[in-house]
Amino acid sequence: MQASLRGHAHKYGKNVDTDVIIPGKYCNIIDIAELGKHAMEGLDPEYTSRMKPGDVIVADSNFGCGSSREVAPIAIKGSGTSAVIAKSFARIFYRNALNIGLPIFESPEAVDAVESGDELEIEPAGGVIRNLTKNETYTAAAFPPFMQSLIDAGGLQPYVERRLAEKA
Amino acid sequence: MPMTLTEKILARHAALDAVEPGQIINAKVDLVLANELSAAVAIGVMRQMKGADRVFDREKIALVEDHFVPAKDAQSAKIAKLMKDFAIEQNIKHFFDVGRGGIEHVVLPEEGLVAPGELIVGGDSHTCTYGAFGAFATGMGSTDIAAAFVLGEVWLKVPASIKLIYSGEPGEMVFAKDIMLKTVGTLGIDGATYRAIEYHGTTVDELSITGRITMANMAIEAGAKNGIFHADAKTIAYVEERTDRDFILEKADPDARYEREIEIDIGSLEPQVACPHTPDNVHSISEVTRDEILVDQVFIGSCTNGYIEDLRIVAKILDGKKIDSRLRVIVNPGSQKVWMQAAEEGVLGKLAAAGCVVNTPGCGACFGGHMGTLGDGERCISTTNRNYVGRMGSPKAEVYLASPATCAVSALTGRITDPRVEAAVTA
Repeated sequence: MQASLRGHAHKYGKNVDTDVIIPGKYCNIIDIAELGKHAMEGLDPEYTSRMKPGDVIVADSNFGCGSSREVAPIAIKGSGTSAVIAKSFARIFYRNALNIGLPIFESPEAVDAVESGDELEIEPAGGVIRNLTKNETYTAAAFPPFMQSLIDAGGLQPYVERRLAEKA
Repeated sequence: MPMTLTEKILARHAALDAVEPGQIINAKVDLVLANELSAAVAIGVMRQMKGADRVFDREKIALVEDHFVPAKDAQSAKIAKLMKDFAIEQNIKHFFDVGRGGIEHVVLPEEGLVAPGELIVGGDSHTCTYGAFGAFATGMGSTDIAAAFVLGEVWLKVPASIKLIYSGEPGEMVFAKDIMLKTVGTLGIDGATYRAIEYHGTTVDELSITGRITMANMAIEAGAKNGIFHADAKTIAYVEERTDRDFILEKADPDARYEREIEIDIGSLEPQVACPHTPDNVHSISEVTRDEILVDQVFIGSCTNGYIEDLRIVAKILDGKKIDSRLRVIVNPGSQKVWMQAAEEGVLGKLAAAGCVVNTPGCGACFGGHMGTLGDGERCISTTNRNYVGRMGSPKAEVYLASPATCAVSALTGRITDPRVEAAVTA
């Protein structure tokens, strides 16, 4: 069971693309902490100095569109951001976030209600998002069963190791 | 069960009789691609996987140094070396270093590594380019690529398909790029998310292979998982010239199910421009040129429009003329082979004489990496595929996307210009 996630919301609009999440010039960096220093820099250069560990990015639809760069979710995770809530995610970002263990939640309801600065607490297992500032509760869409089984297994790596063992 | 072209290819690679949208499958891959950026992360992930010492097939992996090469700094050199060392360690057959490759999506088809009916995954979102050849091809992140490196298979959710039917003959100075910009503008940047795009119609039947590449390349700009054309005589001729590998020709069933069918008439289409800051902010050239939009840089190249056909169009327009004195033009042939052919045909000489700088093949300028990065307040018209905030450098720069012809004519005038206006060309 994953621990609950807690922090303040930082709200953004729709189509937050990977070029603003981590600008191309940083894409030759592999170090997670170093990438984290530049998270969201193209859109909000103050994000990493303003946010506190545990904070949550809340965005409209199509979060993470554009490039397949896995350093995009890695940079968000490296910044100390605990989760991203959006109305929807772009396909490659969605896979990448789950593969690297960045908690993401689809909840149009939460996105519409939450304002920047609201304190949120998320229970990943049930997809329950509590707004402690407004005293409201929202639910996130459940992951498709196959994705949930990957998450429960601990990500893609154990899945690959099991497949390799089966083939051996 | 009737199936779309994407469904047929996925079913065969999953050893199933049929698949349907939403189904999760385990599919065998014919080729796994990575560049030095995606490979650097993927190799790290692979090293952590127990039992994953070797790639599944050294002949079914392509590694292309193309994003920050020739290395722009020590960090870039480090990741380029990391991939090269891996290629040597794993005895990877298709490794392309600077001087023998170029932009991955230009190189792979040239080298005969892409054929109809194949399933290709790549650590780059523009992997969807290979749909031009009737292959299922999609971009993924590095962890998925690491899994594909060692397993030779990937899990996929079968996408529903959107059928786009194009009719009409493109008018003067209207190219595949204009058709695709119009398409992205019509669908929107998330209009095809999680979907397959299947291109149909008389207009695309008439397109060259390069034109189809331009269109398949930008399927991701509408969020699509893949964009695919049916292979025809042109495809077969192109592929057979480059490989003797067997391939399977498939067709969508006439009664296949599509989530949407959209008819797009090209007959009256003007040249198109995607304005800042999204690729779906698309307008006709006559609308865009109502205001005078001065530019600081013109960029010709990329996996979208860095092909010999594109460079010929630009050279024809610039031949014997000079680019506007207030701007710079950066030309980036897509691959070493394109560069050599352009040199042989005299294309590079014409471009250089007009005042263009011809760079080494690579992705650098397109994604704000190096060799053409924009500064604060600068404006660029470019043949590339994305114009998000900061895409080509400063978040305070602006990028307009257009065809090579529109970019070339704009290079002569110094402002975004309708390529159909003869006066502009002779200015």
